[in-house]
Amino acid sequence: MITDFGLPAFWLLVKATRWTIYLSLIAFVAGGMAGFIVALLRTSRSAIVRNIVAVYIQIIQGTPVLILLFMAFYGLALFGIRLGPLVAATIALMVYSSAYLGEIWRGCIEAIPRAQWEASESLAFTRWQVLRHVILPQAFRISLPPTVGFLVQLIKQTSVASLISLIELTRSAQLISNATFEPLKTYLAAAAIYFVICFVLSRYSQTLERRLNVSR
Amino acid sequence: MYNFSFRPVIANFDLLLSGALLTLGVTVAAIVLGFVLGVLCAVARAIGPRPLAAIVAGYVEAIRNTPFLVQLFIVYFGLPAIGIQLTALQAGIIAMVINLGAYSAEIIRAGIESIHRLQLEAASALGMTRWQMMRHVVLPPAIENVYPALTSQFILMMLASSLLSAIALNELAGRAVTLESLTFRSFEIYSVVALLYIALTLLFKGLFRAIGYMSFRRWRRLGQSGAAR
Repeated sequence: MITDFGLPAFWLLVKATRWTIYLSLIAFVAGGMAGFIVALLRTSRSAIVRNIVAVYIQIIQGTPVLILLFMAFYGLALFGIRLGPLVAATIALMVYSSAYLGEIWRGCIEAIPRAQWEASESLAFTRWQVLRHVILPQAFRISLPPTVGFLVQLIKQTSVASLISLIELTRSAQLISNATFEPLKTYLAAAAIYFVICFVLSRYSQTLERRLNVSR
Repeated sequence: MYNFSFRPVIANFDLLLSGALLTLGVTVAAIVLGFVLGVLCAVARAIGPRPLAAIVAGYVEAIRNTPFLVQLFIVYFGLPAIGIQLTALQAGIIAMVINLGAYSAEIIRAGIESIHRLQLEAASALGMTRWQMMRHVVLPPAIENVYPALTSQFILMMLASSLLSAIALNELAGRAVTLESLTFRSFEIYSVVALLYIALTLLFKGLFRAIGYMSFRRWRRLGQSGAAR
């Protein structure tokens, strides 16, 4: 039984942080793959496809992550799909990331001058070849700073998974706060851990931005 | 096979609407106060004394690199430890203002930096004080330049207000949780609530476009092209 918020309690928080990191990474990879498809469809030649994907993005960006999470956790259970908190949180955050990363990457693809498309097409490249050899390598470079920036958003959003009882950093802070009756210290400690992770990434994103600007 | 039943949702729709209204209310309050805080912080960083600018920079970084949910918990559960007891509504709005203030400060700072140095030199040649320069020369075009980013941030704040349900506030998400535990119609309730949030998002988008159109003369001259940026 913990009586006050000391080093042992802080160590528990640090250990719970790995679930925050796991969840962030899984959701980032899965959301990144879905977001890549969203970005490609969003820049497709067919106006119908572009519009359908635009509506998808509008819907996801207009819905709180909390509601996406509750839909995955409580909503899908009704169809006989019982998901653990980790899977539900992964699905919700993947859907969330796919919309935001899709929009970010669409911007990066569209930032490549149209003349390059035309030049490649005049070399008889197929659409996929143009993307693969000309557009995406350049778009990838531009996309790095905002993508790392989004990862920071995603790490912060994983705290919402505490509300479906996934014992990541925020949830374990709640549990420790209930055991120690020291909510201020506990939540400040949790905030400090989030800060260390996110601040490093934010700075890295700024560094990338500066470096890319110089070389352009 | 699952049978959809929207009847419990329809029967309690007034409950959801009152929740949506509360979401609207706290968001508008947070936007107004958060915007003012953001402007003050951005100005403090631009022309304030160095210690003040450093404190503001620390505040902005601390808020932007920690989750809103944890900030909310610090305000609601943490502050009573130092003798500040707040209701869920007060704590929710304060946390939103603190959060939005930091993000708007950063966005407005980018706007201030987008103003050309020559304009400042011209203004100081006219004998303006630093505050007059900010007020008349820098801030109006700076805010106009970052207005789209600012309004996206406001809408993100509206969506984040759903987390106020975690401190038992009866806004839209809170109502959804209550209704879910009464009826167990999770999928139906959360999909209707998602639609209500999307409606709120579209409402705010329209509102901000109208406010932008009324506030910025250049937008009126250029028509939609300014607003589309």
